[in-house]
Amino acid sequence: MERRCLIMDLQQMANIIDGRVVANGNESRTGYNTAFASDLMSDVLTLDQENVVLITGLATLQTIRTAEMADINCIIFVRNKKASPEMISLARESGINIVECRYTMFRASGLLYQAGLNPVY
Amino acid sequence: MKFEYDIEGGNFSRAGFASSEVKKKLRQLNVDIQIVRRIVVALYEAEVNVVAHAWYGKMTVDIDEEKILLILDDEGPGIEDIDLAMKEGFSTASPEVREMGFGAGMGLPNIKKNVDTLKITSEPGKGTRVEMITYMKGGKNEKS
Ligand SMILES: Nc1ncnc2c1ncn2[C@@H]1O[C@H](COP(=O)(O)OP(=O)(O)OP(=O)(O)O)[C@@H](O)[C@H]1O
Ligand SMILES: [Mg+2]
Repeated sequence: MERRCLIMDLQQMANIIDGRVVANGNESRTGYNTAFASDLMSDVLTLDQENVVLITGLATLQTIRTAEMADINCIIFVRNKKASPEMISLARESGINIVECRYTMFRASGLLYQAGLNPVY
Repeated sequence: MKFEYDIEGGNFSRAGFASSEVKKKLRQLNVDIQIVRRIVVALYEAEVNVVAHAWYGKMTVDIDEEKILLILDDEGPGIEDIDLAMKEGFSTASPEVREMGFGAGMGLPNIKKNVDTLKITSEPGKGTRVEMITYMKGGKNEKS
């Protein structure tokens, strides 16, 4: 079956995973078409692509920092992990969007893949 | 132009603060976006290493027209076997560090990938010095 690839905006992504936008630090003009799922920040730092959405269950201040360093401007927290006020304010400062989602990483990733987001490799 | 930052070992909530400041500076100086991206990733890996593995460190960033020199000098346990530490997957990270999403043994190889030259010297029991250079022109950024 032919895969249909789409460019999505923040709200479209949030709707697909029944998530909630909790930080809107970046008005991406280009939208998103690629995502990467990992709880390992070491992995995230090895990515070469730009404009990647990070799907993760690791909700710490370090997650936001890592995204900032890797030029990632959208993070989706899965497994009902919450962004703390400190994380939200750092995200806003750094121009990063955050979505919170109740689903598992597998379910959220599957839905976004099905809806047309591409893997990094 | 030269900037210096202190890095506190063990303080994960501040890890990345210095790298973030450098990123802003490089952007202001209009350094090529690809170069900034690679340098900042390498710098952040090195900063997190000081936080994760050492006690105290100093970051020095020296920028001129030709190149960017980054030095992280720390007081800490040092590295016994540098060749081994450079191997992907080798890590002595504590459980606390792993809980933060680090400690996969990928930092040093990733630094090597992202800068033009990397030099590590260390005295076990005393500390470690990581020196990285990226050239504005003719470095890895242009080959790829
Ligand atoms: N500044 C340092 N002081 C003391 N030991 C260090 C320092 N930097 C690195 N090391 C040693 O080298 C090992 C490998 O470092 P590397 O950055 O590749 O991996 P890591 O930090 O363990 O995990 P990751 O970088 O994937 O989060 C470390 O586990 C540690 O033993
Ligand atoms: Mg490391």
